[in-house]
Amino acid sequence: MTDLAKNLHTEHMVINMGPSHPVTHGTVKFLVTLDGETIVDFVVEIGYLHRGFEKMCENSTWEQVFPYTDRLNYLSPIINNVGYALAVEKLIGIDTPERCKYVRVIVSELSRLADHLTNVAASGLELGAFTAFLYFVEARDLVWDLLESVCGARLTSNYVRIGGLKNDLPDGFKEQTKEVFKRCRELWIDVDKLLTKNRIFIDRLKDVGIMPPDEAIAWGFTGPCLRASGVPYDVRKAQPYLVYDQIDFEIPIGEKGDNFDRYLVRMEEINQSMRIVEQALDKLPDGPINVDMPEYRWQSKDDIYTKIESLIFHFKTVTGGIRVPPGEVYFPVEGANGEVGFYLVSDGSGKPYKCRVRPPCFPLTAAMPRMIKGALIADIVPTFDMIHMIGGECDR
Amino acid sequence: MEKGGTGMGINIAMSNEQRAMGAGQEEGIEKVLGNSVLLTKLDEIIGWGRKYSFFLYPFITACCGMEFMSLAGPRYDLDRFGSALPRFSPRQADLLMVVGTISHKQAPILVKVYNQMTEPKWVFSFGVCATSGGFYDNYATVQGIDTLIPVDVYVPGCPPRPEMVIDGLLKLQQKVAKERWSDWPRGEAPVTKNK
Amino acid sequence: MTAMESITLKKLKERFPDSIIDTHSFRGDDTAIVKKEDILKICKFLRDDNELLYNFMMDLTAVDYYGREPRFEVVYHLYSLKYNMRVRIKVPVPESDCTTDSIIPVWIGADWFEREAYDLYGIIFKGHPNLKRILLYEEFEGHPLRKDYPVRGRQPLIGPKN
Repeated sequence: MTDLAKNLHTEHMVINMGPSHPVTHGTVKFLVTLDGETIVDFVVEIGYLHRGFEKMCENSTWEQVFPYTDRLNYLSPIINNVGYALAVEKLIGIDTPERCKYVRVIVSELSRLADHLTNVAASGLELGAFTAFLYFVEARDLVWDLLESVCGARLTSNYVRIGGLKNDLPDGFKEQTKEVFKRCRELWIDVDKLLTKNRIFIDRLKDVGIMPPDEAIAWGFTGPCLRASGVPYDVRKAQPYLVYDQIDFEIPIGEKGDNFDRYLVRMEEINQSMRIVEQALDKLPDGPINVDMPEYRWQSKDDIYTKIESLIFHFKTVTGGIRVPPGEVYFPVEGANGEVGFYLVSDGSGKPYKCRVRPPCFPLTAAMPRMIKGALIADIVPTFDMIHMIGGECDR
Repeated sequence: MEKGGTGMGINIAMSNEQRAMGAGQEEGIEKVLGNSVLLTKLDEIIGWGRKYSFFLYPFITACCGMEFMSLAGPRYDLDRFGSALPRFSPRQADLLMVVGTISHKQAPILVKVYNQMTEPKWVFSFGVCATSGGFYDNYATVQGIDTLIPVDVYVPGCPPRPEMVIDGLLKLQQKVAKERWSDWPRGEAPVTKNK
Repeated sequence: MTAMESITLKKLKERFPDSIIDTHSFRGDDTAIVKKEDILKICKFLRDDNELLYNFMMDLTAVDYYGREPRFEVVYHLYSLKYNMRVRIKVPVPESDCTTDSIIPVWIGADWFEREAYDLYGIIFKGHPNLKRILLYEEFEGHPLRKDYPVRGRQPLIGPKN
């Protein structure tokens, strides 16, 4: 038998897991060179969803950029909105009222919940655990109902404004959240029972896609994938923004850096997000939600229809854009996938001169060959799922 | 099936006879029999079968894909309309749902997948980016997939609510039910045919 | 930041006095504008020095200042995990000699970021092992994020132009 193995002439086969593939989330192409079932070489090609985010931002006013930021990481759109608003506010040099900060924290964490629920649901689906998908899609629909009661849209919210928010939380939001979280916690326990001690799930995810911490840092990993490798870096704890320094929460850290750790980190972050929202709702102060500067955030419709200054400012900021002082700024926010940083350059006019977003899943996807070489072809699916590449963010 | 019970038996016998007389004469027979009850009953039954058993090919690219996941989920169930199973091979699918923005880099792949699908096939444009390019009027986005492939139903929205998509699917079902035998085959996408 | 200059900018100015063109701390962000010939040395110093330890290369991008000479500026954002500090390094690149050194030897994660800067701005990174287009297709001509490229300049591979 061993003679046969030595003399058997084999060739490497190159197959194409093309862009329209269910596992590659429809926008990534893998060129896999195989020796039997072992991966010898792996090339990743992205760019199939490049929609020209930066070019569109340079041709829109500062306020008109918000819908484009929604569609970057379209699973947690409010976090992108908040990051952009905070970056512009840092550039201008204004600070929003306390209530606005608390509400921004609440809706950001709800978005993060939706993102992690979708990730675990999609991974379950692609590995064959269809029930986990159904349970977590039900939970996600409930969270989206909450977001819809706040801002009117399930997915692309366009809720945050520079210097405030579009509108305040509706009445009865706290009670509705309590009920939704009760159901979410039940579903979390169900999916935990289905997946975390499941022999098949563990075999597919454990010891696959390992990334040691030093290399993870050199590649530029951030977010749950970095924390699964053991590096305790979370922007909410390292450089707190909004009111994260007044809220008590923990960040889960993994040990080995394999796919199973990434899954566990995300499952635990779901619990922590629910904790943050409950604390923020308890501590929510009263007060205005918009900063009182009509040249940046226009006032209520009552004022606009009765006072002449409000009308003038409203007209000028809507048609020409707000006037941001010239300069440049970088503001990092903890997105669901990692550090979402906005780098803005302003030349003093009503449109951004450059609006760059640092995509957290770009270095994660770049490191796919490093994580997957030497593994079997079936390991591509859980590794790529746990990286949680989102086309809108990676390709912008 | 009761509606076309015995009728179906007669129709099949007639069609075999027609075929025995030679394919070229089928056109003539259709013209003579035209909208008679025999062929229309056959069309109706085939349309009924086709509309309640779509095999989807969800060509998912962007944010609308999340609403598609919700659609396949337990609350807005797509299974009730017969189109539960997504078939991820173009040869096995008959409804191409283009979900999300199509960039110019992705466009040749979309056309290839459309050409590879076997007839009869329908195209469902899900979301405003597939319908007309959305608000991405720039160097990278195709301004509507109907510049590349023929589309049957357009569902705008950014992203459309699942109820809108179900409405679109029901309209597509009405359209498919009214189709005639002679509508197919139509050939490949116009953008590759006229090269 | 207090009125005192941050430790990063101070050490950079001590160690590389000729390479630094300018520094500032607008809105608390430490920024240093350096000459493009010395970028590799400076990055190595920032990563390895014991009091700085910038081990994360968070972001690499370019800005097109159309109408100004030098036209482009490559911007690096770095983060030090141990000391929790950030710095921005900017490298002016003229249009006539649109090249700069690749910093892959220092942080391997810079690979795809540099490909993206090449794809969208046309800046060539010397020493990059695989400088190809990443977000757009090979047949695309031009670099779309330059200010003189039209927003609607479509170059379809298949299908009508508009």
